[in-house]
Amino acid sequence: MSLLLAAPILIPLTAAVLCVLAWRHRTLQRGISIAGAAGLLASAVALFQQVSASGPVASQMGNWPAPFGITLVADTLACIMLLINGFLAVCIVLFSLGGIGQRREAGGYHALVHGMLAAVSGAFVTGDIFNLYVWFEVMLMASFVLMTLGGQRGQLEGATKYVTLSLISSMLFLSGVGVLYAVTGTLNMADLAVKFAAVENSALAVSLGLLFFVSFGIKAAVFPMFFWLPASYQTPPPVIAALFAGLLSKVGIYAIIRTFTLIFSHEPQMVYTIMLAVSGLTMVIGVFGAAVQTEIRRILAFHSVSQIGYMLMGLAVTGAAVADGLPGGSVAAGASASASTSAVNAAIPEFAVMALAGTVLFLVHHAIVKTNLFLVGGIVLKLRGTTVLARLGDLYLTRPWLAVLFMVTAMSLAGVPVATGFWAKLVLVRAGLAGGEWIIVAAALGTGVLTLYSMTKIWSEAFWKVTPDAADLAAAGQHPTDEAIDAADIGPRGVPIMMTVVAVMAVATVALGVLAGPCYRVAERAARELLEPQAYIRAVLGPTAGRPASASEPAPAAASAGGVPSQR
Amino acid sequence: MIIRSVILQSATRLLVPLLVLLSVAALLRGHNAPGGGFVGGLIAAAAVVLQAYSCGSPSARRLLVLDPRTYLGIGLLVAIISGLWAPLLHGQPVFTGVWGTFAVPAVGELKIGTPVTFDIGVYLTVLGVVASMALELLED
Repeated sequence: MSLLLAAPILIPLTAAVLCVLAWRHRTLQRGISIAGAAGLLASAVALFQQVSASGPVASQMGNWPAPFGITLVADTLACIMLLINGFLAVCIVLFSLGGIGQRREAGGYHALVHGMLAAVSGAFVTGDIFNLYVWFEVMLMASFVLMTLGGQRGQLEGATKYVTLSLISSMLFLSGVGVLYAVTGTLNMADLAVKFAAVENSALAVSLGLLFFVSFGIKAAVFPMFFWLPASYQTPPPVIAALFAGLLSKVGIYAIIRTFTLIFSHEPQMVYTIMLAVSGLTMVIGVFGAAVQTEIRRILAFHSVSQIGYMLMGLAVTGAAVADGLPGGSVAAGASASASTSAVNAAIPEFAVMALAGTVLFLVHHAIVKTNLFLVGGIVLKLRGTTVLARLGDLYLTRPWLAVLFMVTAMSLAGVPVATGFWAKLVLVRAGLAGGEWIIVAAALGTGVLTLYSMTKIWSEAFWKVTPDAADLAAAGQHPTDEAIDAADIGPRGVPIMMTVVAVMAVATVALGVLAGPCYRVAERAARELLEPQAYIRAVLGPTAGRPASASEPAPAAASAGGVPSQR
Repeated sequence: MIIRSVILQSATRLLVPLLVLLSVAALLRGHNAPGGGFVGGLIAAAAVVLQAYSCGSPSARRLLVLDPRTYLGIGLLVAIISGLWAPLLHGQPVFTGVWGTFAVPAVGELKIGTPVTFDIGVYLTVLGVVASMALELLED
C-alpha cells in the first residue's frame, strides 16, 4: 500500500534522474521518458482500482504516526487527478518525440517534464499542507525551467511574470500555513479538518480561507490574478504550454477544492459569494479576452482562464449550499462539526453533490481537451512555422484529418453534445439552477456561446480560408517570427506520431462523453467523499478519529499510533 | 575567469583537501548534530569553486573527475533507493529508517542505515547542482 501511494511520485522522479544520467544520449532519454510516463499511468490505474474497492487509503512516510509525520493519502478525487496526470504524461511525452525540437530536447527537456510530473503527483497525494507547499515549489522550479527552455527573449519575458506571480502566491500560501499552524498546532490536513472546525474565531477562519483562496487562485489563474497565464503560455513550444494548461492550473484548483472541503468547510456564505463572483468574472473576462486575440496559442490561453471559472463555479455552488444548511453559518461550525454523520448528511442537499461532481467532470474534460487543442496548435506550428491566424489557411485542404480532430476537440470545449464538455457543463448548469444561482448559470451559458465563436474563428482562419499571398502579408504588416520553434524543426517530419496522439485524445473526449453515466458515478463518489470527509480522516488518523472526543489533544495521536500498523 | 595569485593558489592546494574532509565530517555528524548532507554538499562545492577560481575551471572539472550532472543523478538515485529500501525489503512504509550493523576489520562495528545513505544522496545532489551552476557561470 505504501509503495502504491508513493509510486506516482517515485516513478517520474526516477525517470527524471535516469534522464539526467543519460544526459548525452537522446534516444535513451526518450525511452526512459516513455517508460516513466507509462509507469506513472499504470500506477495511477492501480491506485484508482484500490481506492474504488476499499475507499481512501493512506500511508505514513518513514513510519512516523499521522499528525506528526508526512502522510500520503489518496481518495477518489486524488486518484482521478493522478489518472489525468498519467494520461497526459503519456500523451505529452509521445507528442514531444516530434514536437519539441532537437535543441530543447538536448537541454534536458525529458528530465524536467518528469520532475514536474513527480511534483504534480506529490501535490495530489500529499496529506500534509506544508508538504503541499513543497510540491508547489518543486513544480514552480521545474515549470520555470521548462518555460525558458530554449532561452528566447519572449520566453524569458513570459517566465519572469509567471515566476514573480508564483512567488507572491507561494509567500501568501506559506503565511497562511504559518497562521494555520499557530492556530491549530498541526499541519496534517486530516488533523486540521478536525481541529480547525473547533476554532471559534470566525473572522480568523474567513481571513485564512480567503488567504488560501488568493494564493491558490493565482496558481489557478482566476480573475483578477490571471494575467500571467496568457503572457507566459504563448511563448514556450506548444507542447510545454499544453502540459501547463492541462496540469498546472489543475493543481491550483485541486488545492482550492481540497482545502475548502476539508479544512475551510465551515466558511460563512460571504466567502462563497466572493467565489461565485470570481468564477463568473473569470469565465466572462477570459472568453472576451480570447475573442479579440488573433493567434492560436493566445486564444487558447485566454480560454484556459475562462474554463477555470467553470471549475470554480461548481465548488462555489456547493459551498453556498452547504453554508446555507449550516444554522447560523460559521458561528455554529463547532456544533455542526461535532454532530453525528447523519446530521451532516441532512445538511447537504443533492444539488451540492452534483455541483461538485460537475467540477470534477470539468477538471477531467478540460485537462484532455485543452491539452489537445494546444497540441493541435503544436502541429500547426510544426507544419507552417507560425500560429498567427492571418498567416495561416488551407489546412483543411492539405491536412483534412487534422481539421477533423481540431473540430471534434473544439466542439467538445464549446460544449456541443456527446463529448465530455457537454456533460460537464450540463451537470454544472443543472446544479446551478437547482441552487438558484441564476447569474452564474447565465454567465456559464453565455461563455459557452462565445467559446464557440473563438473556435469557429480558428477554424475559418486557419483551416478554411485560402493562405494569403506573400504580397498581402507584407501589406498587412510584419509579424515577428515565432521563437517557440527553430527553423530547422519546421516540416512534416515527426508529424504522424503527433497526429496519432491528437487522435487518441480526441477519441478520449468523445469516448468519455459516451460513457457519461459511469464517469458521472465516479465523479459523484469523489464529490461525496469530499463533502463527507470522515472516511478520509479515518484513513489518515486511524479508526477512532473524527469522533467528537477527538477534538481534545491526546486522542488523535493515540488513535493514529494504534492505527498505523493496520494500514500497511 | 582565473584570479592569478600565488598566495591564493598555494592556499588552495592546502584548503581543498581540508574542505573536502570537513564536508565529509559535516555529512557524517549530521545525523544527531548540526551538519548533514546539505551543508556537507555545500562545503564540498565550495572547495570546487575555490579550485575553479584559483586554477581555472578545467582543473576544477578534473578535481571532480565526473561531470557535475552525474553527481546530481547519482545523488538523487541513492536518495530514492534509500527511500525504497524499507518497502521493498522489509514491507515497511517508504522512507522508514532501516539500520544494520556490520563488522569492519580493524575499525570495529559500523552501524549504517538508510537515513545515512539518504544524506549521502543529498550530499552528492547538492554538490552536483552547485558545482554545475558555478562552473557553467564561470565558463560563460
